[in-house]
Amino acid sequence: MNAVFKPDESFRDDFKYGNSPHAIRRFPFPFAEDEYMYAVNIEPHLPGPKGSVTEFAIDVDEHYVAECRERAIVLAAEPLRFQALPHMMSAQWDCLELIMESLARDYPEYFTLAKQGTRWNWTNRPLGIQQAFLFGDPATLPQPPLEYITRQAQGDWLVMDQREGDLWVEAGMVTTQADWSLDFDIGMTFKEWHGPVPLAHELGVFERALRYLLNLRLNEPVRRLNWTMTIHPRLDTSPENYPKWGPDRAGVTLQNAGDDAYLRVELQGLWRLPRSNGIVFSVRCYLISMRELVTIPKWAARMHRVLKSLHPALADYKGVSRYRATVAEWLAPYDNGAPTGPGTWPD
Amino acid sequence: MKHAVTIAVEVTAVEQVTPLIKHFTLAPIAGGTMPAFSGGSHIIVVMRRANRVHRNPYSLMSPPGRLEAYEISVRRMEESRGGSHFMHDEVGVGSQLEIAHPVNLFGLDKIARKHVLIAGGIGITPFMAQLQDLHAANVPYEMHYSVRAPEHAAFRDQLIEQEGDRLRMYYDSANELIDFEALLGSQPLGTHVYVCGPAGMIERVIGTARACGWSDSHIHWEQFSAPPVGDAFDAFLARSKLKIHVLPDQSLLESIEAAGVDVPYLCRGGVCGFCHTKVVELEGELIHNDHFLSAEEKASGKFMMPCVSRARCKNLVLDL
Repeated sequence: MNAVFKPDESFRDDFKYGNSPHAIRRFPFPFAEDEYMYAVNIEPHLPGPKGSVTEFAIDVDEHYVAECRERAIVLAAEPLRFQALPHMMSAQWDCLELIMESLARDYPEYFTLAKQGTRWNWTNRPLGIQQAFLFGDPATLPQPPLEYITRQAQGDWLVMDQREGDLWVEAGMVTTQADWSLDFDIGMTFKEWHGPVPLAHELGVFERALRYLLNLRLNEPVRRLNWTMTIHPRLDTSPENYPKWGPDRAGVTLQNAGDDAYLRVELQGLWRLPRSNGIVFSVRCYLISMRELVTIPKWAARMHRVLKSLHPALADYKGVSRYRATVAEWLAPYDNGAPTGPGTWPD
Repeated sequence: MKHAVTIAVEVTAVEQVTPLIKHFTLAPIAGGTMPAFSGGSHIIVVMRRANRVHRNPYSLMSPPGRLEAYEISVRRMEESRGGSHFMHDEVGVGSQLEIAHPVNLFGLDKIARKHVLIAGGIGITPFMAQLQDLHAANVPYEMHYSVRAPEHAAFRDQLIEQEGDRLRMYYDSANELIDFEALLGSQPLGTHVYVCGPAGMIERVIGTARACGWSDSHIHWEQFSAPPVGDAFDAFLARSKLKIHVLPDQSLLESIEAAGVDVPYLCRGGVCGFCHTKVVELEGELIHNDHFLSAEEKASGKFMMPCVSRARCKNLVLDL
């Protein structure tokens, strides 16, 4: 990866953030059609095109250093954003192995992992970290294994135990979420934690998704995209901090929509874990402002049409009801009404 | 869905552990270590012969912490479709095989307060790996191992040494039978029971546990059913427009695969549901050998699980 890290970026207060042209072109635009409805849109997590966000199992981009710093800020104020129930320790180690091996394999210029039996040596050059430890011995790491490694990975990470024919979310690092709480959800089952999602239950989406995931196989990860919108490039849109970001939804105008309204796309990965037989669910957040988005004409037109046609219940659940008309109006000049090309990539 | 990516392995050791059971050690040809796995997992071993490909599941017995090689044990089956005979007669040190990545349909429950493990014969194999996980877990457990006779008790000495009081042996030859009512009627709440062995033993454990008030969520079983043998029959694949002939010792799934049609599969043992297939036309009867379809679904004649089920029919058309 050729991107230069931008360590001064911030996802709060002064919101110093922007996407390079490279980041814009590789943005995981989620809409393949002009209208949006839920689907169990799971596909094999196989290597995508070179330079794309799916080229590697776990993506590191120009925001890596800044996002890791942002995570540390959140955790310093709210330690309960990381939790792990006691029986999840082998799953924590499984995740540490997955993330370290992926990063070292795919970004050798940034990360190195050397192993001698259980004596592992990890180097993270962008963050200036060097750590020798014993794989399997929590006393040899400064934090629990899952916390340790997810402080060095972008996106949220949820770990589920599989038992009694169900999945239970029982460990996780959640600091970049779209308005849900690990502290509230920890210990819930698959359908329980998806409780608030409108319409999907009636469509049978979660029943099918659960059956599929219960049979997820080692070495065959899957992925999907999810989306919402955020005002300002704020990663931490947690229920815990709603007073900080909620009011922003009321401040969108035709003048600021281009710069302050962001499309927020989650690239979600799901891996079966080897020693614990659990599943890890990664939720990687990508943010793009409307102004950046319209530099790709196909995306401008489609974003306009999706916003206009979005089912009201979905708009409510995604938290965009208050401002979607204003953002759609801002986008309208960029939509010439002509048919848009197939697929999600720039024409 | 194509067959999953396989791992090339070489047999580095073979040991006759009992008159009927052979123990195989499989190391990665590419060097390095085998993938990590959880106790209770099995691998599919792909055995290629001149005229047939067998894909048989075998439990991983090796300690999950030891990844230089995998260990499996295979019991020679009298009425075999050839897979166990192939392993016993045609596989030796130096043989090369392909195996799929481990799959676990028989995992230990991580929040159980106690585990009761029940093995019959070759059913001991998944427990060998699980016992290693249990040693580290600091939760009470018991291992009940029933065999025909002492000479058929694979790995008994190793088990006695490593388990001590937690192991109890039962020999049919000495008329020692497991008293399931006593065993399952006396456990504290939060106990899970795991059984692996012959079909009859599994049925008795499940039946007794339920009768004692156990919830199904606390009863776990794994059955090594090789697909049952039966009479040959024909079937027609409607979408592929192919006629297939299923040999007596070949499963319907294998016959479909041999015709070049891929059917999704996972366990190949009738439990996971992956190979769920719609029956378009049927003149005759389906022989359901699976544990996935409901009684209604089986009676409807509209679905079947080709990995283990068969038919006795004049006409069978499948939606494949």
